[in-house]
Amino acid sequence: MSSIPILDRAHAGPLAEAPERRPAPRPPRGARVLPKRTAFRFNSARLRRLLLAWPFPLAVLALWWTATANDWVPSQILPAPSVVADTLRDLLASGELQMHLAISLERVVYGFLLGSLLGLLLGVGMGLSVVVKEYLYPTFRLLAQVPSLGWLPLLMMLVGIDEALKIILISKAAFVPVTMNTYKGIQGVSAQLVEVARVFRFSRWQLLRKVVFPAAFPPIWNGVRYGLTHAWLALVAVELLASSEGLGFLMVYGRQLYQLDVVLAAVVVVGAVGFLLDRLLTQFEGRLLRWRRESF
Amino acid sequence: MTTSFQDVASGTAAWHRQERRQRRHVQWRQFRRGIALPALVFALWWAAYAFHWTDSRLFVPLGEVWETAVRLLRNGYLQTSLAASLYRMLLGFAIGSVAGLAFGTVLALSRLFDNVVGPTLHAVKQVSLLAWIPLISVWFGLGDPAKIVFLSLAAFFPMFLNTFEGIRSVPREFTEVARVLTFSRWQLWRRVVLPAASPSIFTGIYLALIYSWLATLGAEYLLSAGAGIGNLLTDGREHFWMDQVLLGVVVVGAVGFALNWIAAHLEARLLRWRGKSIARY
Repeated sequence: MSSIPILDRAHAGPLAEAPERRPAPRPPRGARVLPKRTAFRFNSARLRRLLLAWPFPLAVLALWWTATANDWVPSQILPAPSVVADTLRDLLASGELQMHLAISLERVVYGFLLGSLLGLLLGVGMGLSVVVKEYLYPTFRLLAQVPSLGWLPLLMMLVGIDEALKIILISKAAFVPVTMNTYKGIQGVSAQLVEVARVFRFSRWQLLRKVVFPAAFPPIWNGVRYGLTHAWLALVAVELLASSEGLGFLMVYGRQLYQLDVVLAAVVVVGAVGFLLDRLLTQFEGRLLRWRRESF
Repeated sequence: MTTSFQDVASGTAAWHRQERRQRRHVQWRQFRRGIALPALVFALWWAAYAFHWTDSRLFVPLGEVWETAVRLLRNGYLQTSLAASLYRMLLGFAIGSVAGLAFGTVLALSRLFDNVVGPTLHAVKQVSLLAWIPLISVWFGLGDPAKIVFLSLAAFFPMFLNTFEGIRSVPREFTEVARVLTFSRWQLWRRVVLPAASPSIFTGIYLALIYSWLATLGAEYLLSAGAGIGNLLTDGREHFWMDQVLLGVVVVGAVGFALNWIAAHLEARLLRWRGKSIARY
């Protein structure tokens, strides 16, 4: 992210207050100092960011801790942070957490792979062929209007509440954004690029391989990332509603027994996994893009 | 032989006619092809009923869905459910998106605030939305307050992220020009920052609407007190009333479509000054 202190008064000062009236017009402060001390400023800015990130969550934690230590709130409503940490450790030690996590991850991976592969296929098909687009796009739009959760009761009636339900719902959640972004990405490849390829008399395969797919890659990858986020969302939803194992079930279980420490521990894990999955795709994107840059 | 004015005019008219015919032809083809797949599905559906291919309880004829729609409209169940869902959704959306707008703006304008609160918000964002429901249900119960808290949360994050992104990516040149023109803070905000960030803010509104509709359904499934479209769906599923479930799915889709449509038109109207985009999609 570029640094744009838009409404920073210190920055707006020298130029806004008519600098040409001064006897010896000096350049604004920032402009003189920056080049010399870039490295130092960069480091100090990073350090500052790191330092400033901590007080707020620590304050919340401290408040939470004081509230529970002085019994401001009953422990059924809000267990102490130490209790949550203990529960997390217990769940890890007994292997229960790993079991639930493995099941959830397996569901997400299968559903996401299925959904995004189908989405890529349909998106590429609609992006490249007018006939495919005209036949399938309206129906696709129609079905995409209903959010995944809207399909859930219908699917529960049709396929029961077994593994199939989870995989179908998760793949549907991944399918829509992947299809949409793939289609739009391929549609959005600039006509100039395609014209250049025509001038070079690229074959159809070369055109796709060298021009269309590299140019459409960023939006497609965005779609894949959205797809994974949505798949994770759908997984939690379906496990909360109809499951006897997995992270979502762990939450429902904790909620039913009024063991909020279990629920909170599961929330932490869900957040951490969501973060790691997104991180993974970002890393992977860096890989793929680096490869792309090298090949040209 | 000279070309008269009439010749040219009639030539142009003929050209226009042909153009129009061509366009109508393409539109007709698009319509025909777009309708083909749904028509096929409906035909199979009808055929399955007419020729008794199945006698599953899950299979209901089209007519029955329609009759259920009429029946539920007559006794007001559909309207009350829809009204309750929409009321909740809009209230949650309003609270969440205003909060998101405020937070996004403040964090984008103040680096200090961004550094202090930003990382925490980004960490909280990672928790999958529906994972909050068990906690919220303990803290706020199963009624409307809990749902509205959850819906505000659903609308908050897309709005916050897109507002932040939109304001942060206002080109520096713009603010520099504003400074040269000695704009006041308010002018800078009103004339430069807000217009430049508005497309991104509108993306936020879109996403917040979609997410709060999704979250409305989730909340009504999981915090199952009171009326709502989600309750209508759950009800139908529990009693094996396929007609009611199908009707519910159609209504859910229609509301999603309507929300999108309203947001698109509002955007087109409010961002008219931008002119037509030359992007091809």
